[in-house]
Amino acid sequence: MKQARGFSERRLRRRYAAERRFRLTGLLAILAAVAMLGLLLVSIVAKGYSAFLQSELAVEVFYDPEVIDPQAEGDPEVLARADYQLLVKRALYERFPEVSERRARRRLAGLVSSGAGDVLRARVLTDPGIVGARGSVWVKTSDDIDSLLKGFVSRGLAEGDRRVKDDEISWIDALEAAGKVRTRFNTTFFTGSDSREPEQAGIWGAVVGSFLTLVVTLALSFPLGVLSAVYLEEFAPRNRWTDLIEVNINNLAAVPSIVFGLLGLAVFLNFFGLPRSAPLVGGMVLALMTLPTIIIAARAALKAVPPSIREAALGIGASKLQVVMHHVLPLAMPGVLTGTIIGMAQALGETAPLLMIGMVAFIVDIPGGFTDPATVLPVQIYIWADAPERAFVAKTSAAIMVLLAFLIAMNALAVLLRKRFERRW
Amino acid sequence: MQTPILIAALLILAVTGYYLGRHKAVRVSGGMAARLHSLPSYYGFYVALWCGLPALVVLIVWSLVEPHVAEAVLHANLPAESLTLGADQLSLLVVDIKNLAYGNIVSREVDPALQAAADSYNAVRRIGGAALFVVALAVAVGGLGLGRRFVSAELRARNRVEAAITWLMILASTIAILTTLGIVLSLLFEAMRFFAKVPLAEFLFGLHWSPQTALRADQVGSSGGFGAVPLFAGTLLITLIAMCVAVPVGLFSAIYMSEYAGPRVRAMAKPALEVLAGVPTVVYGFFAALTVAPLFRGFGESVGLDVSSESALAAGTVMGIMIIPFVSSLSDDVMNAVPQSLRDGAYALGATRSETIRQVIIPAALPGIVGGVLLAVSRAIGETMIVVMAAGLAANLTANPLAAVTTVTVQIVTLLVGDQEFDSAKTLAAFALGLALFVITLSLNVVALHAVRRYRDKYD
Repeated sequence: MKQARGFSERRLRRRYAAERRFRLTGLLAILAAVAMLGLLLVSIVAKGYSAFLQSELAVEVFYDPEVIDPQAEGDPEVLARADYQLLVKRALYERFPEVSERRARRRLAGLVSSGAGDVLRARVLTDPGIVGARGSVWVKTSDDIDSLLKGFVSRGLAEGDRRVKDDEISWIDALEAAGKVRTRFNTTFFTGSDSREPEQAGIWGAVVGSFLTLVVTLALSFPLGVLSAVYLEEFAPRNRWTDLIEVNINNLAAVPSIVFGLLGLAVFLNFFGLPRSAPLVGGMVLALMTLPTIIIAARAALKAVPPSIREAALGIGASKLQVVMHHVLPLAMPGVLTGTIIGMAQALGETAPLLMIGMVAFIVDIPGGFTDPATVLPVQIYIWADAPERAFVAKTSAAIMVLLAFLIAMNALAVLLRKRFERRW
Repeated sequence: MQTPILIAALLILAVTGYYLGRHKAVRVSGGMAARLHSLPSYYGFYVALWCGLPALVVLIVWSLVEPHVAEAVLHANLPAESLTLGADQLSLLVVDIKNLAYGNIVSREVDPALQAAADSYNAVRRIGGAALFVVALAVAVGGLGLGRRFVSAELRARNRVEAAITWLMILASTIAILTTLGIVLSLLFEAMRFFAKVPLAEFLFGLHWSPQTALRADQVGSSGGFGAVPLFAGTLLITLIAMCVAVPVGLFSAIYMSEYAGPRVRAMAKPALEVLAGVPTVVYGFFAALTVAPLFRGFGESVGLDVSSESALAAGTVMGIMIIPFVSSLSDDVMNAVPQSLRDGAYALGATRSETIRQVIIPAALPGIVGGVLLAVSRAIGETMIVVMAAGLAANLTANPLAAVTTVTVQIVTLLVGDQEFDSAKTLAAFALGLALFVITLSLNVVALHAVRRYRDKYD
């Protein structure tokens, strides 16, 4: 008897231990998933935060009339064409007159960004009177010097193993000691467009491209999605044809996105001859891709409206279309809009189909219309992730942070809409 | 671009039509709206539809036809000596003329003949644009007048308008079918052209993939192998690794959330998993290429293993992380759908919670879980950006997760991004791969949806 009780107690203990282990495994699985998300976010923030800052050097520039305007014409076009980069270089040579060897001088000139002359050009164009004068100007450092100043270059390494050489470090240290180095918020990152030089590259061009693309996507997929959802949910007879449509929509929702890109390439570009790299085509492809999401969400929202509403409206003599347009659809609108916003968020993050239709080009101009060549934010991230310059890693991560911020904002809007307007019947 | 102006003009005309129609309806009723068949606004909509729809059809048809017409005129106007050129040279010439016309960079000397051709091309497009403008506006105004003439007290305006809207809705809902049809036809058409150059058997069973076809016959590496087996194997390997991460983590998360977690844990864990699903794939790709791959490589080096910097393991692991929420949310759904009576029965027999889960709930939910996993597999096979950024380009036929492999989607992207001629086997191969991808994912989806639906029917 005692032995039997001991046996069952032992068995019970074993079973409870198994229970605890099982439960712990479940908890660990969730923690693992959350930890991976955390690692992802932390690694991106850690890599990217520095891209929001940009270090600058103060140079004492002589606005040499010989270089800017040799004939003293004062013509703005002549002023705009002058070689201002040369003035910056001369200012640096003047600051460090002891540097004479050719290669060292080139390195010295490379301390500043190759776009440093643009700052001088802007100054001269706003005030041509400063030609012939001297003045101190803050110009951006080149990407390698920028990462040195941000502490990403370990000075302990042998000179041959790092991109920044000893003499460059000594010049920068001298300038820093003289208070000629500062770090500022990097506005270029938000206002510029793509560039080969990391310190001049910005995301504004890609943001505008994304916006134009999403406008096309929304303009196509929202009306089409709502109309077909209303038809399928409220009007369609149950027959083979509507079954076919339904199966189609469910399958389209699971087709790999790159296949939509192939469709766009074969049909929109090669068959209809629409322009490559244009937000118009990108928007059309993404619209086809988000259409199933919107239709499914809109149908769910329409289904949630109780039949009593329809019966009441029918009872006082409304036609079927009036019932839907005046009563059912307005009541379902919060759900429809939530689904639309989520679909748009998906479209905003989509990359692969846009690669197929040529939105992956290097585009310096900010797109001005729906048929201009453009790129979008995720594709910009892809392009930068492939760039060999070390400084583009930070730019890529920063662009990812901006993209995630947009996505979070859109999803928060969707949640807010659902919380604020959703009605339970 | 004048299309936006045209659309705006049409919109203004349609709004005018609405007010004109309504106004006339009120007038013919003699101030007594009850004498009209429909509400006055329906007469307005009726006229607006007459005004806008035909003009819109003209606009759409024209924008589909215009490029082809302009192209045909361009070909007809080409300088006589260019007719002797080969097809490739001719298409290059046409591209240059178009570039000149659009003001882009031209790859050759601009001679007067080329300039003339570009000018005439521009002229054709200008004339075409102007003609469209005139014709569309004329159709709109004509439709407006016609519609307004039809307005009378007996006109069944509401029924007409509703019929038009119903047709519009039917048209909108066929877009889904047209999209599928477009996908299937375009993939099939281009794949057929590919299989005319490369036999189907070589594509499906060949072990050698090197899609670089040579420009000259004597060039090195001119063989151009199109055996897709290494790509399928690479895709399978990465998918397998992804599933090894996603299925245990996703399934156990779902079990914990649906069976153990209290409302507070649920409220925290579920959104976290949803965030995982909302992160764009390009972000995962960047994470895989710049964080996970070096991590694995460094770890491999420290234990003396040779890990490629584009290892299948890194890409597969990150893809697995991306797939976790699909597995967990689908399994969560199906486990929640298992009737409470089954749980109560098991508890009444003295089973612990884990025993109930393992021996009752999971067997009952298995078809649904398998369906969810199949959907996740199809998602992994079709996933592009992670593998484009983190997996290799060279087609290795290997089962070693530490080596670099390539996948179907990576090859589609590398074949189609950048400069391309549209009729080479290299470009067409991408469509053949796309067709294979579409067929595989579609059949997986059909099987999975079928499994999930049958499971739902069982308990609903």
